[in-house]
Amino acid sequence: MHREKEVLLKIRNAQTYFPVQKGLLKRTVGHVRAVDNVSLDVYRGETLGLVGESGCGKTTLGKSILQLVRPTGGEFIYNFDGQEKDLRKLSNEEMMQARKRLQIVFQDPHSSLNPAFTIFGSLQDPLKKFGIKSKEERKQIIGDLLEAVNLRREYMHRYPHEFSGGQRQRIGIARALSLGPELIICDEAVSALDVSIQAQVLNLLLELKEKHKLTYIFISHDLSVVEYMSDRIAVMYLGKIVELAQAEDLFANAMHPYSQALLSAIPVAEVGRKRNRIVLEGNVPSPVDPPPGCAFHPRCPYAMEMCKTTVPELRKHIIDGREHHVACHLTDARAVTTQKTS
Amino acid sequence: MSRTASRLDRKMDLLKMQEKEGLLKSKEGSRAVGKFIQNKLALIGLVVFAVILLSSIFAPLLTKYDPAMIDLRARLSPPSWEHLFGTDKLGRDVFARVLYGGRISILVGFGGALGAALVGVSLGTYAGYKGGWLDKILLRVSEIFMAFPQIILVLLLVSLLGQSLWNLLVIFTITGWGSVYRMARSQMLSIREEEYVQALKAFGLSDAIIAYKHMLPNALGPIMVNLTLSTAMFILEETALSFLGLGVPLHIPTWGNILNAAQDLTILQEAWWIWVPVGLVISAFVLSINFVGDGLRDSADPTQQG
Amino acid sequence: MDTILTVDNLHINFYTNNRCNEAVRGVSFQLKKGRTLCLVGESGCGKSVTASSIMRLLPPLSRIEEGEIIYHTDQGDLRLHELDPNGPEIRSIRGAEIAMIFQDPMTALNPVYTVGFQIREAFMYHTKMAAAAMKEKAVELLRSMRIPAPEQRVNEYIHQYSGGMRQRAMIAMAMACNPQILIADEPTTALDVTVQAQIFDLMNDLQREHNAAILLITHDMGVVAELAHDVVVMYMGDAVENGPVEEILTKPAHPYTSALLRSIPVLGQSKSQKLEPIRGSTPDPYNRPKGCQFRPRCDFATEKCLQDPETFDVSADHTVKCWHWEKVLANA
Repeated sequence: MHREKEVLLKIRNAQTYFPVQKGLLKRTVGHVRAVDNVSLDVYRGETLGLVGESGCGKTTLGKSILQLVRPTGGEFIYNFDGQEKDLRKLSNEEMMQARKRLQIVFQDPHSSLNPAFTIFGSLQDPLKKFGIKSKEERKQIIGDLLEAVNLRREYMHRYPHEFSGGQRQRIGIARALSLGPELIICDEAVSALDVSIQAQVLNLLLELKEKHKLTYIFISHDLSVVEYMSDRIAVMYLGKIVELAQAEDLFANAMHPYSQALLSAIPVAEVGRKRNRIVLEGNVPSPVDPPPGCAFHPRCPYAMEMCKTTVPELRKHIIDGREHHVACHLTDARAVTTQKTS
Repeated sequence: MSRTASRLDRKMDLLKMQEKEGLLKSKEGSRAVGKFIQNKLALIGLVVFAVILLSSIFAPLLTKYDPAMIDLRARLSPPSWEHLFGTDKLGRDVFARVLYGGRISILVGFGGALGAALVGVSLGTYAGYKGGWLDKILLRVSEIFMAFPQIILVLLLVSLLGQSLWNLLVIFTITGWGSVYRMARSQMLSIREEEYVQALKAFGLSDAIIAYKHMLPNALGPIMVNLTLSTAMFILEETALSFLGLGVPLHIPTWGNILNAAQDLTILQEAWWIWVPVGLVISAFVLSINFVGDGLRDSADPTQQG
Repeated sequence: MDTILTVDNLHINFYTNNRCNEAVRGVSFQLKKGRTLCLVGESGCGKSVTASSIMRLLPPLSRIEEGEIIYHTDQGDLRLHELDPNGPEIRSIRGAEIAMIFQDPMTALNPVYTVGFQIREAFMYHTKMAAAAMKEKAVELLRSMRIPAPEQRVNEYIHQYSGGMRQRAMIAMAMACNPQILIADEPTTALDVTVQAQIFDLMNDLQREHNAAILLITHDMGVVAELAHDVVVMYMGDAVENGPVEEILTKPAHPYTSALLRSIPVLGQSKSQKLEPIRGSTPDPYNRPKGCQFRPRCDFATEKCLQDPETFDVSADHTVKCWHWEKVLANA
């Protein structure tokens, strides 16, 4: 289905480890494996949902793509109008140009705008840096951006504390749009908003995507929101992708035991939909010292002997003619046609 | 207990009534300013501070005497209408010396604090934002300066550089930048995690613009508080050094140099007017600065409500 | 069904920053034994204030202006709103008869004492148990909260617990004296969904075993559907709708409830669903609209809404504060 689609970002074996230091001399005693061997394709024009619980590495993966956090290994190959280049190997000048194409919307509307500057003051420096020298022109552009996110032009002369949470989040989106990006990473973009405001921002994001032909990586812990936004969804657990499928396939037919438990644990605002909830035992293990084999095996109701020793690979399964990637020995054993993802 | 409760209740009733009639409006202007004005101690401090500062600046209007004018006929005369605070051993008018001395002492205190702040903030802002080896080295250097007994450092520098007003400012800057550096750095460490900084990074803006233009304004509040408090500290230090004869050269009147006269036992015992008034002025001035600084700190802190 | 707590026409004002904010403006509900009542609403709607007023734990610059909070005991009614908030009567009720759990266990539990000590403290104040019995009971409580190796865990500090376990330790402390009422203020908001599911399971079991009444405060409609028997929907200090969960979720009679339900994505309906956002944003509490608080954002608003809406009965135990509730129901 995606064969004919253009790959915008190809991630191969991405690793982002943080050293854990201890003692007076700050000796490195281990590494937090925030992102551990993740391979992933992002197609132009799609919304890829990234879900998982806190500490699963979804935010780190997002920031690693932008090189806001330096990945320790792997390739992030970005398609610069047909020319493929690894974001990690760009020169400073090239990276600066790449930043026009890659942007991010943050979670917390209270810390995402500088309280000491007006909106114009906060938004003008990137424009200045990318060559818009006249102040009038910058005003024009920022005014247009604010109108694009349904705010009034005049608001550019106000300070962040004069806005509500939803308005601030829209300004954050306007900022991400300011250099005409191709790929926007939405890092928990609506999680901090009140429920009645969330829908406004979600619909705005969908609208902007149509209008500006954007590609989103939509990171959230809220599966209902991710489902509403995404074409494809990747489920992460302890730094690894455990399942990746079309949104409707994932919800109709989750194959990884973790995805199944996650889906069943979410309370749904519908009466009488008492599902069989799978309550997982225990907690997410520490990413410093993840369990050997499949990281999920200590909590998995179906764990086999093999799961304790061998790390399952993310494999492509074809189910009713559609791709469904799962990293689980159990599925591998059951499936008829399997193929390792790339 | 019951009386305070009922007073609180009456205040609440009043507020409720006013609110209903739409009398209370959201306050225009800064909430911090409003809170500072409500802080009585800080307000008194500000008044005392202003009075002493202004009378030093406009000293020639308040006294007809030249602080350096020696009048041997009027040596050690006690306070009178002619000489408000009396005269010293050389017949110089003490009131005039206190006023003119204030100019130098305040200048030294404020200048020292400003110098320390300039060095500390400009290093701390950048190092706190960048982190890494630069920050590590500067942090250790500042610790070395702070761990060194200050009086010995001063003795060393005075003997090397000699005694002068400017040298004193240099000494205060050298000994004082460490604490400002550490404060600016810690402010930047927490601001660094704010998402707007991440957003600026995602645009690839240069480190200097992010650190000095976008982050520093948000750290200025605590730095200003620190500036006022260290002004007070440096005034006391100038006084102490001058009292020991290591500060400003003795022929320039400063508060410390006036006190220096009290090293003489006969003056300490018999001419109280030479050292008591100036001591009181120093205490009042330093105390008022501290009140103002505390008031600023409270009003800048959004977690405290009132 | 036995009513254990009645809150009637409760008004609470806050007087911070020399302003008067009507945080709670006439909230009424009844809490029944063995049932869970959800107070649901957005941030700033007054749901947490209502909950802490029951324990008389309001901050100093606030006051109960009007209304009643009555705790129905076997020995007769106790009028909680009349008690001295620092007096011995309310203190003997807190923790023993009415217990509370909070959103963040890291700040609600003391980091310098062991978990076991903090549980035993509750026994010390409210019972006359011997020291050895207290120790045993604390271990037993942790075990009933499904905390592994309770004999060892009881002597550990809160930072040694994981997120879900901390919340369970706090519930253990709250349940120490078998309270009649458990107030839970967003107990799972800081937790991951898989851990949230564990906590909900636990709360369900506790309710069945002890027949306790639970007052759950949440902003999540999913949690409401999952746990509640009865629901009170709050908006800007008003209890706009009150009724059994099935009716509120399927036949909302208040425009706010109905709009809220249409603006949240429902799991499993994929991209086909159409979200209808509520327009505008919640008003400034110091600059409230006249009459119905939801009027500026409401599709049904008319001239009449400039007057404060009365309470209407939709069915026997379903009430709504809206002039146009019949139209809202018909529209659904």
